[in-house]
Amino acid sequence: MNPAERTAEQAAPSGPARTLPPEPPRVLVDLASYSYAPEGGAPFFTLEATSFEVRSRELVAILGRNGSGKSTLLRLLAGTLAPLSGRVKLEGLEVSRLDLRTRAQRIAMVQQETPLLFPVRVWEFVMQGRYPYSRGLRFETEEDAAVARQALVEAGADPLRGRWMHKLSGGEKQRAVLARALAQQPLLLLLDEPTLHLDIAAQVDLLRRLRRIATDRGHAVVVVTHELNLAAEFADRIVLLDRGKTLRVGKPAEVYQQELLQQVFGTLLYVEYTARGTPKVTFSGADTD
Amino acid sequence: MRTLTARRIVIVCATLAGLLLLVVVLSLKFGTRSISLYDLAALLFHAATGRSDQISSDFRLIILDIRWPRILLAMIVGASLSVAGASFQALLRNPLADPYVLGVSSGAALGSILSLIWAEQLPGATPFGAFIGAIAATAAVYFLGQRGGELDSYTLLLGGIVTASFLSALIMFLMTTISGRELRGMAFWLMGDLSTPTPLSPAWLFLVLILAVGAIYTTSADLNLLLGGEQEAMHLGVHVVRVKLVVFLGASLLTGLAVSVSGAIGYVGLMVPHLIRLLFGSDYRLLIPATALGGAIAVVVADTLARTLVSPTQLPVGAMTALVGAPVFIYLLRRSKT
Repeated sequence: MNPAERTAEQAAPSGPARTLPPEPPRVLVDLASYSYAPEGGAPFFTLEATSFEVRSRELVAILGRNGSGKSTLLRLLAGTLAPLSGRVKLEGLEVSRLDLRTRAQRIAMVQQETPLLFPVRVWEFVMQGRYPYSRGLRFETEEDAAVARQALVEAGADPLRGRWMHKLSGGEKQRAVLARALAQQPLLLLLDEPTLHLDIAAQVDLLRRLRRIATDRGHAVVVVTHELNLAAEFADRIVLLDRGKTLRVGKPAEVYQQELLQQVFGTLLYVEYTARGTPKVTFSGADTD
Repeated sequence: MRTLTARRIVIVCATLAGLLLLVVVLSLKFGTRSISLYDLAALLFHAATGRSDQISSDFRLIILDIRWPRILLAMIVGASLSVAGASFQALLRNPLADPYVLGVSSGAALGSILSLIWAEQLPGATPFGAFIGAIAATAAVYFLGQRGGELDSYTLLLGGIVTASFLSALIMFLMTTISGRELRGMAFWLMGDLSTPTPLSPAWLFLVLILAVGAIYTTSADLNLLLGGEQEAMHLGVHVVRVKLVVFLGASLLTGLAVSVSGAIGYVGLMVPHLIRLLFGSDYRLLIPATALGGAIAVVVADTLARTLVSPTQLPVGAMTALVGAPVFIYLLRRSKT
């Protein structure tokens, strides 16, 4: 090996490190708040100022009861809502100010429902994730195809690629939707209750994939969920919301305190710990009233 | 893992254009007086080479002055209605959307009648009136179809049907209270008819068709994503409001164009896009041009049947399309419920 080659190799190290993005994506939520109000009227829901960070390779779960502001917070992170005060930044840029295309290249969102009007194959569906990268009439390039193929593999949807979207089971469909989000090559991946209609096996499978995607590919992943135990098992950190207030941000073991969870969810819950120190939420079937 | 390429679009469109040519030739041949293919070929050859003095005046009258202009109109109307239908389906996210079913055609018809009453002398008044009528009806149906801030599929269809019947009542009212020579053929025209003379020359109609279809086509990649809902499309980087505005205006213009020429021909905008989807998939980058050609084929065929089935009497072409289209609508409606 001549010296020139050696310096080139030093400049661009090969091996697993090369597949990682050069800089870790990082989300900064700084005292961001939002309020829904009819014109001129009193607000009927307010998300009070909240602050937290999401690092690259991190999986953060947003927990709380229905109507606690989880979806609002997710929309602030997605940039589809602009905070009334404070800031939501992705790599230093205010997300709600990014133009739509740029935003779609950096933030991918998996919504609760993905309605389809006409039959479409999984492969075509995943290719839609390349939309923000294409121009004009937007015929997909070889590179788009390669990215989509990679996304299918990472989401575990590769065997499904020739099938019709509307004929997939809930778990299969969710993998296809995840593949489309990955095809956007986002820095930040957002998921709104992705385990909603899934059986327990599909739920665990999905969270494992998300965990692996975060760790291996360096994405920052934020999941809104009702599944306390899945969140405790897979999330690095938890954001706990209650009626628009951010009560706690921290590691699962810090957030999962019995009294706190009982207060937030308004029911009798018990927090135990597994051998690995992961909190586990249980409840009693006995009538306690 | 086949992706859509420009090559595939060209191949599909060339095939459909070939089929259209075939249909046009057959339509020129058949009629109250059938003309042999040999005579037809000779006539077309003479016409194309500028030696029209070689053509017998009978043939010239039948083929060049009667059948050909009518076929030309049928193609323009078919392409307009089909692309309008495919556009409304994406815009309203409703697979059953069609300019006729939604009452947009009735709006255009009312607009052109009003323009006939108020501004008969102005050139282009009828198409313009039809365009304004189509825009108003589309806007009305769009708002009637909202339920809890979202477009509801069945509310939208009901809203369209009610709008159509209300507008038809207005048209009836105008027709019975206002007498005049221009209203004579109107009952026929309302059923959808290609035999009445058009207010604009075919060249103008063709230009408007190309402009409107072209404008809609620039949004075809966006429409693919819009089918999955506005939120989804926005998350993928689609400028939803801009796309909707282009499609809304383009589809209204196409409906206005078709109605001002031919009255309300129903169900073409429903059947043709569905058939094309069945054959070639639902990617709008292919669907829009293929639907335009498919629509031209469909209306030329329907009009040829309308001219020949009960010859020498003629049926309105709208009756032909409704005979086939209404059952198809019911079938699609029942299928979409499951």
